[in-house]
Amino acid sequence: MSTYNIAAPETAVYNHTILAGEGWAHEIKAGQIFRIVDLEGNQAVDTLFYSLADTAERYSAADTITAQRNIYLTAGTVLMSNLRRPMLTILEDNCGRHDTLGGACAQESNQVRYAIEKRHMHACRNSFLLAVRDPKWNIGKRDITANINFFMNVPVTPEGKLTFEDGISDASKFVEMRAEMDVICVISNCPQLNNPCNAYNPTPVQVLIWDAQ
Amino acid sequence: MSLSPAATPLWEDVVHGGTSWALVLRRGNLLRLTDVEGGANLAVMIYNFECLTERYNMPDTLKGQHIAHLTTGHCLYSDMGRVMASIPADTVGWHDPLTGYNNAAAVEAKYGPSTYQEKRNSWYRNPADNLLTEAQRYGMGLRDLGPVVNFFSKVVVQEGGAMEYVPAHSKAGDSVTLRAEMNLLLLMDAGQHALDPNPVYAPKPVKIEVLKAEPAGPNDPCRLSRPENARAFINTERYFA
Repeated sequence: MSTYNIAAPETAVYNHTILAGEGWAHEIKAGQIFRIVDLEGNQAVDTLFYSLADTAERYSAADTITAQRNIYLTAGTVLMSNLRRPMLTILEDNCGRHDTLGGACAQESNQVRYAIEKRHMHACRNSFLLAVRDPKWNIGKRDITANINFFMNVPVTPEGKLTFEDGISDASKFVEMRAEMDVICVISNCPQLNNPCNAYNPTPVQVLIWDAQ
Repeated sequence: MSLSPAATPLWEDVVHGGTSWALVLRRGNLLRLTDVEGGANLAVMIYNFECLTERYNMPDTLKGQHIAHLTTGHCLYSDMGRVMASIPADTVGWHDPLTGYNNAAAVEAKYGPSTYQEKRNSWYRNPADNLLTEAQRYGMGLRDLGPVVNFFSKVVVQEGGAMEYVPAHSKAGDSVTLRAEMNLLLLMDAGQHALDPNPVYAPKPVKIEVLKAEPAGPNDPCRLSRPENARAFINTERYFA
């Protein structure tokens, strides 16, 4: 039983609902607490982090999983940058496992995974690019690296196979982390309509920020 | 396609242990990588030489083929839904696309301090600085480096997600062949794998040979190994149509 002290939403300094299929980007300062809530369950929250001081430094899946020698994220995980520095620490997680390898859907990856004719469909990497359009951040396509999929279940087997399994998340499951440096968080609330992992039904998620205690 | 071992390479060279290389590989050519002594590791990042913002994408490659390792018959996808390179031949059987690479601090923590002044060209180099330098040669920088493939290395993911390095995986003489399906820039580093428990700095050399290849035909095993690969080949062929 976790003894983690869960703050009430009313005390948050920021509280926003990201609608199904929408993108979002926001600054989170060192020491602030950041929570993502899977409001209706089994929604993939495709997430990237960049250092606010210099966006060439960003969340690195390879550095994070190599540092902790485990491919899944959960409470205790330190999200590492490409310079192998701590960016955020996951404090609480009642989902239990988040994906580091499945990446984000793109119009082109939809062509490859589902059908050449699927190119027209809305995809995460478009939402990422729109969310980071403010030129002050200096983030573009070359900065869109392997993202976190919060609430996604992508198991890897000892035989080296990778599968997309039904979600282990559920309505109101959440993950909460503390920023260890000033970061920009970029989210695509995944619009995928071709994959059974979200029951072909993208749903909204909630993001909240609390000031450092 | 024919992969005659007797085929004469267009050229060959050696990436010395602990050093790096930037190599342009033309569409239709093969790159054969050979572990000269056994126990090598070669971290490789791949770009479209004509448009460097298109590059190897680890998640797209893995989820498109439902794999967490690379070997014969697999393809390396770009972030634009195209096959960049395929693997027509491989005697190693498993290459690691998951693990990151060491930076200067990690190399010093693991192998101890080392300076050029003291050791000249046998000083302890690190893949992060090496790959950054190779990227800078082509006008790129830290933003352009991402997940690599660690050729010749095996990391097994256990139940629960733990990553387990398999020692002595690649043997002397083992080789893997990449076929360029686009005009490629490869940045390569022959430093030790980040999870290699060997406490001694002892990176191994990798022989590189460039050979002519036949294009992937309609019955090519890499094209047919997954329906996703067939579609990614369509995207590549549309690009060159």
